[in-house]
Formats: sequence, structure tokens, C-alpha cells
Amino acid sequence: MAFVDSLGSALERAPGGGIVLTSIDALMDWSRGHSLWAMPMGTACCAMELIAASFSKFDFDRLGTFPRPDPRHVDVMVVAGTVTTKMAPAVKRLWEQMPDPKWCIAMGNCAVSGGIFYYDSYSVVRGVDEFLPVDVYICGCPPRPESLMDAVIQLRARIATESIGSTTEHRAKYILPFDADPSQGGGGE
Amino acid sequence: MSIEDLREHLCATYPDLCPLFSIEFGDGTLAVQVGRLQAAAADLKRLGFDRLGMVTAVDRGETFEMVYRLQSREHRVGVFLKCPVPREDPRVPSLVAFWPAADWQEREVYDLFGIVFDGHPDLRRIMLPEDAEGHPLRKDFVSERVIPRPDYI
Repeated sequence: MAFVDSLGSALERAPGGGIVLTSIDALMDWSRGHSLWAMPMGTACCAMELIAASFSKFDFDRLGTFPRPDPRHVDVMVVAGTVTTKMAPAVKRLWEQMPDPKWCIAMGNCAVSGGIFYYDSYSVVRGVDEFLPVDVYICGCPPRPESLMDAVIQLRARIATESIGSTTEHRAKYILPFDADPSQGGGGE
Repeated sequence: MSIEDLREHLCATYPDLCPLFSIEFGDGTLAVQVGRLQAAAADLKRLGFDRLGMVTAVDRGETFEMVYRLQSREHRVGVFLKCPVPREDPRVPSLVAFWPAADWQEREVYDLFGIVFDGHPDLRRIMLPEDAEGHPLRKDFVSERVIPRPDYI
């Protein structure tokens, strides 16, 4: 992505580069948004709905979203389920192995906030946003596959606003070092 | 074999275990002290209890109580093997030598209750991260991570 980033900022500075830049942006955003291969990070029961979304009745593939069990092939990580303090380092490592640009969908109440495990739990991370930069949150326990498809469409709309010209600073907000140690996370209101 | 038949069979074979055996809610329970646990387990295994269904523990406040569920394919019957463990210095002999299925289950009890199994081949945490502190299923467990549930929920 370094080449694209430097190309974008070079075009931004060049006279008349804006026209070229927006054309390239449209192509990049269209191609990124329409082939969001997904990392099925199914850690609990929400994974069943994620599987259902992939199969023929809902057919995730018609949105261009296709589950790949390899972090190096994917664009979006769908965290479907409860993440425990023991699982969190593994999720974080898989996220770090994904190539840029990458996005994250937190699916279900547990991934959003800890859900029913928010109180009285000694082992659950209260929301994956304690250690991942989440783009789209889906509530539900579990959410239906339609919600997941809606999340992909919302994510696509979000990607459509991104520009390679400002990629670096735009994404800097999201590609934080995120050094927060999930095992120390205490949640918060 | 019904549970009453099992009691007769047990009393005929091992008379010393007979007074420790009781039938509650239609299920047999053999309650022994820690010192006799391994001998009782060996006797039950010889009696035909070839399957260890589960290992768990109960926090009774003053003591812990180990609970083993043993099942027999031959007799088609199951019993509970129970054993009180003192709260300070909780140590129990491991039953891995009799039933290899006890391996991970004893690790789980060690992880969540802090009961130490003497003779276990690989006693370390299995559910919680290896650097976790405390044993969460003890009634007196407190942790900064736990947010108490408010009354209105």
C-alpha cells in the first residue's frame, strides 16, 4: 500500500491531479467495497449466523463477501462472538497478519460490548474495540444474517468515502498501534 | 443392573466400601476421605466402571468437595465418587492413572478451583490465560476485572 499512498499524496499536490485522483478513488473504492473477503473470526454462537449468511439462502457471495480462513487473503475481519481474555491475543495477532487496507465488523452484543457477559465475568473482553479498530457494529444476540449483510453494505458506503489521497492520514485514525493489553482491559461505561 | 443391584454387588465384593455407599434421588454415591480416594477408585475400576464421565468440584465454604462421575458399560449404571478436600492446602491424588480422561478435567478443576492433583503428569491452567491470577469459581474470588451486576438487572 505504500506505493498507492505515495501516489495519492503526489497526485494531491500535482496541478490538476485532483481529477485524476477522484477517478482513481472511484475505481479503488468500487473494487475494494465490492470484494470484501471476510475473515470468519467465529468465537461463539454468532458464528452460526455467519455460516448461515454464507450459504445459499442468504448467499453472502453476491455481495462479493467470501469467507477465507487465511488472514493474508482477507479485507474484513468479522468478529462473531464472545472474545475471552485468552482468545484476545490470538484475535489481535490474526488482525495484525491481515494486509492493509483492512476493516473490522463487530458482530453481536458480545463483540460490541461484552453483551450478557459484561457484568460478573472474570474472563470476557468487554467489546473487541478494546484492542481492534471496529468500523461497523451490529447489535443482536445473535444478529440475523440480514444484519450482517446490511453491515457489509454500510461498510461499503464507508469505503466509498475513502480517498487514496488522504489515505495515510485518514487511516492513521484506524491503524493505531492499539497497544492496549486486552488482559488488562477493565471495560468502562 | 439397577442401583440396588449395584449396592449388593459392591457390598459383596468390597465390604469395607459398603457403609460409604448411599442412594439418593435414585443415584448411587460413594463418599470417601482423601486418603482412601485412590484405593476406592481402583476398586470401582475393577468392579467394571471403565468410563470417567466428568470431574468437577464444589465450594462448600469450609471445604471443597471433589465429584467424579463414573460409568460402567458392562453394568449400564453410573455412580458418583465424592471426596471432601480441606480448603487450606487442597491436595487430591490424581486419577489419571486409572482413567486417562481425567487429565484435562483435573486441569480444569485445578484452573478454576485451585485444587492440586498429586501425580498429575501436566498440571497447568487450561481455560484461563497462563498468567491469570486466582481461581474464579471459588466463592471468595475477587478480581478487579469483575464488574458487579447492579440490582436493577
